Amino acid sequence: MAASEYTMRIWRGDASGGAFCDYRVSVEPGMVVLDAIHRVQATQANDLAVRWNCKAGKCGSCSAEVNGRPRLTCMTRMELFPPGETITVTPMRTFPLIRDLVTDVSFNFGTAKQVPPFQPKPKEPDGTYRMQQEDIDRVQEFHKCIECFLCQNVCHVIRDHPEHKKHFAGPRMFVRYAALEMHPLDTDNRLELLKEKMGLELCNITKCCTEVCPESIHITDNAIIPLKERVVDAYYDPLARVFRKLTGTR
Amino acid sequence: MSPNGSLEARYPGTAGPTGMLRRDAWWVEPLLTVLGLGGFVVYATWAGFQNAFYFVDPYLSPFYSPCLSSNCEHVSLPLIGRWWNLSPAFLVLWIPGGFRLTCYYYRKAYYRSFWWAPPACAVPDVRTGYSGETAFPLILQNIHRYFFYLATGVLVFLWWDALEAFRFPDGFGMGVGTLVLLVNAVLLSLYSVSCHSCRHLCGGRLDVLSKAPTRYKAWSLISKLNEHHMFYAWISLFGVAFADVYVRLVAMGVIRDIRFF
Ligand code: SF4
Ligand code: SF4
Ligand code: FES
Ligand code: FES
Repeated sequence: MAASEYTMRIWRGDASGGAFCDYRVSVEPGMVVLDAIHRVQATQANDLAVRWNCKAGKCGSCSAEVNGRPRLTCMTRMELFPPGETITVTPMRTFPLIRDLVTDVSFNFGTAKQVPPFQPKPKEPDGTYRMQQEDIDRVQEFHKCIECFLCQNVCHVIRDHPEHKKHFAGPRMFVRYAALEMHPLDTDNRLELLKEKMGLELCNITKCCTEVCPESIHITDNAIIPLKERVVDAYYDPLARVFRKLTGTR
Repeated sequence: MSPNGSLEARYPGTAGPTGMLRRDAWWVEPLLTVLGLGGFVVYATWAGFQNAFYFVDPYLSPFYSPCLSSNCEHVSLPLIGRWWNLSPAFLVLWIPGGFRLTCYYYRKAYYRSFWWAPPACAVPDVRTGYSGETAFPLILQNIHRYFFYLATGVLVFLWWDALEAFRFPDGFGMGVGTLVLLVNAVLLSLYSVSCHSCRHLCGGRLDVLSKAPTRYKAWSLISKLNEHHMFYAWISLFGVAFADVYVRLVAMGVIRDIRFF
């Protein structure tokens, strides 16, 4: 198959402002958006800033927005777009721009630091921990996260309402909270924190995080909604509370 | 939505491009949702107000079931006396209505399509202020599991109606209407069982599932169904509307119910 021509419309700029620049590139079959960006960088714009590492969809570095949709650029094939088309590539919108396609994602490291760590129960008499596979299946899905922060980027709670950044952990962190809360060995209870300080109730379960997750983690259905249900158990269900009191169950 | 100045103010310090850059037909999904949900609400309200043509022996429309007032053509449970002179549909419709209104899937659907928060992914919210489900009235969504309990009660009656639909005035039989009511009960059951609150209550709330094998089995099965909750939400919505239309048309004499035996 022959090469096709595309116009890459890439955002160039830094914190003080910027503009779109168009670059014509030829693209061979099998190339991904990140390859096309690298070709622009190699042939026409040596100073183009782009973050990447693995080119295999595993490091989560190359997140950007392609034609307005949050994506891993290394996993987005150029064949998705008809030859000759203009493809817009912009940096993630929710985080401060450093340069061109590179954003400062430290917001996510900040919210990660706020997650109370795993607090395992005491070891068994033989000095080990024991868990069954069925207890840990749920949590394993959450461990697939590659921290690309596309879910944090697309979440309208902070994307469109940055005033909530100071009290919203975001979908990636909800996945982490869920992994800890559902862990069979963990003893901590993070529900009050989630409700009062981490903005679980700001999420209106509109599922954009799930839609963009490159690891296909069911963020909303398997992490956020079960956490919301646990918060209902603890704060909004008087009948369940009475039932738990009467039966002495948790 | 085109790039505009007010959006720029929304992304302070991010310094990247503003405006909506999606070029695909993102508006199709919210539009279909508005048409589907809006159409259903209009029809159900109209059908509820009719107070007629909801029963034709042995079929009772699901919009009027259970029929709780004595002014009903086919009383399921005589809970409400003669003083109730409005349509008996209003005594029950609030239950399935509330169940669907607070359903996690429908919340997503109408927050996106009616409320535009957000209209689609990476399409900016229409309003500048946002408080999610933290404040009144949306904090009431947390009541969902109570509607689940009530809707399960209604479902028992709908199954009863489906069984009653085999009992014709001239004895045991089966008609197209029997099938319609049966399919309706099946679809509504799938919708109810795949509910997120049901999934949580049956087992999801436990951290150590291996110690509760029955609940683990129930949770695993519900989790599988739950993956298709959106599908069941829509198909049961169409199913229940179709069942009402069917009973209505037979009762009005517009169509004739075909008897298999
Ligand atoms: S489902 Fe919740 S967390 Fe996920 S993108 Fe939507 S609002 Fe954000
Ligand atoms: S949950 Fe998915 S979208 Fe979010 S950071 Fe992890 S891999 Fe990326
Ligand atoms: S470069 Fe590692 S995920 Fe794309
Ligand atoms: S019915 Fe949809 S989540 Fe409960």
